[in-house]
Amino acid sequence: MAQSQLARNEQINGWAFVMPALVLIGVFMIYPILWSLWMSFQTGRGMQLSFGGLANITRLTQDPVFLRALTNTMIFLAIQVPVMLILALLFANALNNSSLWGRGFFRTAIFLPCVTSLVAYSVIFKSMFAGDGIVNQTLLALNIIDNPIAWLADPFWAKFVIVTAITWRWTGYNMIFYLAAMQNIDRSIYEAARIDGVPAWARFWYLTIPMLKPVILFTSVISTIGTLQLFDEPNLITLGGPSDSTLTLSMYIYNLSFKFMPSFGYAATVSYVIVVLVALLSVLQFFAARERKA
Amino acid sequence: MSNPLALLGRSAQYVLLSIAAFVSVFPFIWMVLGATNRSADIIKGKASPGDALFENIGKFLTQIDLPRVLFNSLLIAGLGSVLTLLVASLAGYGFEMFRSRARERVFSVLLLMLSIPFAALMIPLFIMMANLKLINTYQAIILPSIASIFIIFYFRQATKAFPNELRDAARIDGLKEWQIFLYVYMPVMRSTYAAATIIVFMANWNNYLWPLIALQTNDMFTMTLAVAALNAGYTPDFGVIMVGAIVATLPTLIIFFLLQRRFVEGMLGAVK
Repeated sequence: MAQSQLARNEQINGWAFVMPALVLIGVFMIYPILWSLWMSFQTGRGMQLSFGGLANITRLTQDPVFLRALTNTMIFLAIQVPVMLILALLFANALNNSSLWGRGFFRTAIFLPCVTSLVAYSVIFKSMFAGDGIVNQTLLALNIIDNPIAWLADPFWAKFVIVTAITWRWTGYNMIFYLAAMQNIDRSIYEAARIDGVPAWARFWYLTIPMLKPVILFTSVISTIGTLQLFDEPNLITLGGPSDSTLTLSMYIYNLSFKFMPSFGYAATVSYVIVVLVALLSVLQFFAARERKA
Repeated sequence: MSNPLALLGRSAQYVLLSIAAFVSVFPFIWMVLGATNRSADIIKGKASPGDALFENIGKFLTQIDLPRVLFNSLLIAGLGSVLTLLVASLAGYGFEMFRSRARERVFSVLLLMLSIPFAALMIPLFIMMANLKLINTYQAIILPSIASIFIIFYFRQATKAFPNELRDAARIDGLKEWQIFLYVYMPVMRSTYAAATIIVFMANWNNYLWPLIALQTNDMFTMTLAVAALNAGYTPDFGVIMVGAIVATLPTLIIFFLLQRRFVEGMLGAVK
């Protein structure tokens, strides 16, 4: 009797502690995500929505702006995430050397970008990459280029600026994860490899990388999720231009819902494209990491 | 180390790190220099201090109601953080200390929901807030931010290190469960709270997309929105924008330098 009373108290307390969070998650996450799934089958303007079946999905396949936003987002993802993670790994590996002079300074400096506000750093980048801006002046002075590059007016270079900006903001963040993981690796493994004459690059490739696999997986999943939702930087640096060359899926959803005459149903369909992409890529990365481990 | 190849590798490392450090820090220098220059000079790449600092600050203060905007930002980020920490630590504690199969299932569903993109929530959230007449209010920003699955996860992980003996001793002393949480758990876990505060405050302070949708008049703008508004239009005044960027970056920069170790621990906390 006393035993069951105790067990019941445990149950009541357990639910009482988690309930406020669960209620809020229910109202502000589960309900909206189900609602937007329902909405994605609705067509119409403003609040005048009616059931349209798969009409929105058909519209997706014929919408050149959507296809451009999707392509842009995938290009950002395919280039930015690997470049950033490789840089982060290289920096972390270099900083993981206790005899390195100025280690604390380098670590703090490289980490510093990720304490800036996204809006602040976006406008700073916008000014640096202006037509006659500091970046062009420097490259001209160093004789790397003969004519100024139209960073923000050229579709290719505009993408380049966005990728550079995001990489600048997040490389240090990922580096910190790698550095922490590297410091947990038993040093004697490296000593043994060194005595056996294994060169530094091979120690990095065959010892460090395999042991960091879980962290690399974690960072690539969160970076993928982040980049698929990219909004702040293109909205502030290029406004999606020139001619939609830096328009992302999140920006398109925002434009469809809050800039033009709102078409919430179709915007919800586009948002579910991101949901599906996030889910697919997370699963894919998870299996890729498992595969190589076996 | 006398090996010339190793020496070459070592030098290459220093060159790489120096370039990386320079590239990382330069935009900060640029921001500070920019605040002292006129817009026309900034977009011409003038990389030396100018004499327009007070002019820029003056213009900034006439274009932005700074006390109001700071108040909005601090209220949203501050109150939002306090509520998030409270709700998330209660949940993290509950999930870890009172285990049951049902709650474990709920928890794994929450973990799956961690990857739900905000873009898929914002339209229903907007309509919801509009129906509740909450558009352009503080509640519209604070309410959806409170239940952060990431922070719940973070607290659950940290709670694993909370000694069970402390709870058992408190129970024998006749403390109720909520009293144990309030008087034993919270003081013991203060460094976890500190680290979580930094993450949550920064996220709230820097939030852009949802406030952009839900806040519509200048008097409700946060610092982020105010700086973004300065950036709009065809000829933004970059001198003024740089002043804004400094004001927007300063709080998180100060927190970072004061609490550097906590800051990094906080970011790492979730993966351990």
